[in-house]
Amino acid sequence: MPEHEAGGTPTVEVRDFLRRRREQIAQRWADEPLFRTVFTVSRDEAVEAGKVVVDALAEVADAGRVEDPDAAGFSGLREQLSRMGAARSRAGLSTTQVSSELAALWPPVENLLVADMDEAPPERTRECASALGVLMGTLRLVAMQAALSEGQALIDRQRLQLLEVATPVIKLWDGIVAVPLIGTLDSARSQVVMETLLNAVVDQQARFAILDITGVPTVDSLVAQHLMKTVAAARLMGAECVVSGIRPAIAQTIVHLGLDLGTVKTRASLADALGHCLHELGTNIVNAAPDGAGRR
Amino acid sequence: MPTAAGVEARLPIRSDMDLVWVRQHVRQAAAQLGFGLVDQTKVLTAASELARNTLVHGGGGEVEVSHVTADGVSGLRLTFSDSGPGIPDLDRALSDGYTTGDGLGMGLGGARRLVHDFEVESAPGSGTTVRVTSWVGRRPGRPGEA
Amino acid sequence: MSEQSSRPVAGHVPVLRLGEVLLVTLQGDLYDTTAQQLQQDLSETIATSRVTGVVIDISGVEVVDSFLGRVLAEIAAQSELLAARTVLAGMRPAVAITLVELGLTLPGMRTALNTEAALELLTRPAVPSRSGGLRQESP
Repeated sequence: MPEHEAGGTPTVEVRDFLRRRREQIAQRWADEPLFRTVFTVSRDEAVEAGKVVVDALAEVADAGRVEDPDAAGFSGLREQLSRMGAARSRAGLSTTQVSSELAALWPPVENLLVADMDEAPPERTRECASALGVLMGTLRLVAMQAALSEGQALIDRQRLQLLEVATPVIKLWDGIVAVPLIGTLDSARSQVVMETLLNAVVDQQARFAILDITGVPTVDSLVAQHLMKTVAAARLMGAECVVSGIRPAIAQTIVHLGLDLGTVKTRASLADALGHCLHELGTNIVNAAPDGAGRR
Repeated sequence: MPTAAGVEARLPIRSDMDLVWVRQHVRQAAAQLGFGLVDQTKVLTAASELARNTLVHGGGGEVEVSHVTADGVSGLRLTFSDSGPGIPDLDRALSDGYTTGDGLGMGLGGARRLVHDFEVESAPGSGTTVRVTSWVGRRPGRPGEA
Repeated sequence: MSEQSSRPVAGHVPVLRLGEVLLVTLQGDLYDTTAQQLQQDLSETIATSRVTGVVIDISGVEVVDSFLGRVLAEIAAQSELLAARTVLAGMRPAVAITLVELGLTLPGMRTALNTEAALELLTRPAVPSRSGGLRQESP
């Protein structure tokens, strides 16, 4: 890590160079594909964008962190770099090609630096060029990170959307909602299930929520904990959450593991849970018998 | 996309009213950084707990709010510091209050569960610093984990 | 998502009287002293006039931390001693999730989805405080 002393360490000199040559660097970059094709409104727009990048690089050099992609100076650039990367992707470029276009920003800057330092000792020039090269490399890393992050963010959003779609809420009756679960309950899914169920309770002002786990293959202590949290949260909101679909095998597992479901109300089937909730609501279901005298 | 402006701040914690200011600022910061509603509520509640601890047990102090990034993921970092008497039994203060009988929770242990990263430095006579970080959406370095 | 930057700060909590029931509406962000004052005021009102029920509407509250949670629990306990039942109404999902994570499950606190349900709960024949516990009597 370069140290800051009075006078020129390579990164300090790089910083000064960047500040001094801000306009020229931005002008040269404006003609590079990466800027030219993204900022199509006017060349001035591209130049301005280039200056923002140069300023950020100078800030990073000033902090002496040319090799650190998490340096504060880069944080303001991420959005812009994301957009540029996204624009090039939309134009049909692969990630490798975008990476090459980013790499192409280096030669113009290097040329300017070397020209500026023609009076300096060769060793010195090499040191500064090296520091600047590292900085440009880190910029490229930050840009690729931003692109990856964007991609990952898209995947996360889609995954979340999938989870939400896969967590349907069914209104069984006035004041009774049900969430039938199918598949394994991992941490992320449990969170979505809990939020979905509780939001449904509010939206429908449902006093009862049935969480049916018939389609959940295994229940371990983590799943049990999530179930208990959901029930506790529903209770705080003024609703009762019943867990149905406790198959004999699951009941055995729960007992064997010594899992304490506390005061969580459970039922073997969704139908039983519905019956319980209807009873609690004071609803009577009357069979219309053929002779008209039927009463349950 | 988040920017640092409006998030970064150093707020005093010297009175009842300061607790409200801290909450308001953290709420704004969390919303700006793109936290979802539940995560926002969690970090806000943790901030309230820790700010009150600083006031009540630490004799007053301050909180530094900052925007951090790692692997391109944005995070909100809150650093509470005071020069109070320190926490005598740190392990006990951090112990999981989840199953305590009275159901009223415990300040530090509870707050820890509401955030992603949690560090505390404290010793009798040298004050207390609690640094917590919550990340937006997912934690850095752990792809796919909510 | 909450983007409200200027939430009302409650320095004084309005208490409405509906017959023998007090309706308390908490809105926005409370100062600690406001919450404590409320606790005191409620105690006095219940003790000096005929009050059989207290409804605390927190549908407008975004954050309930351990301090406010404790105040709410104490209000309920004090009211009980003074022969009045307390119901906490309208807790938001995000708040409920956070309280559970915090370990604050407020056992023994009666809860309801909204003010209407809370009032309904209070006008029924007396049931034990554990919501979702014993079955109610069928009408």
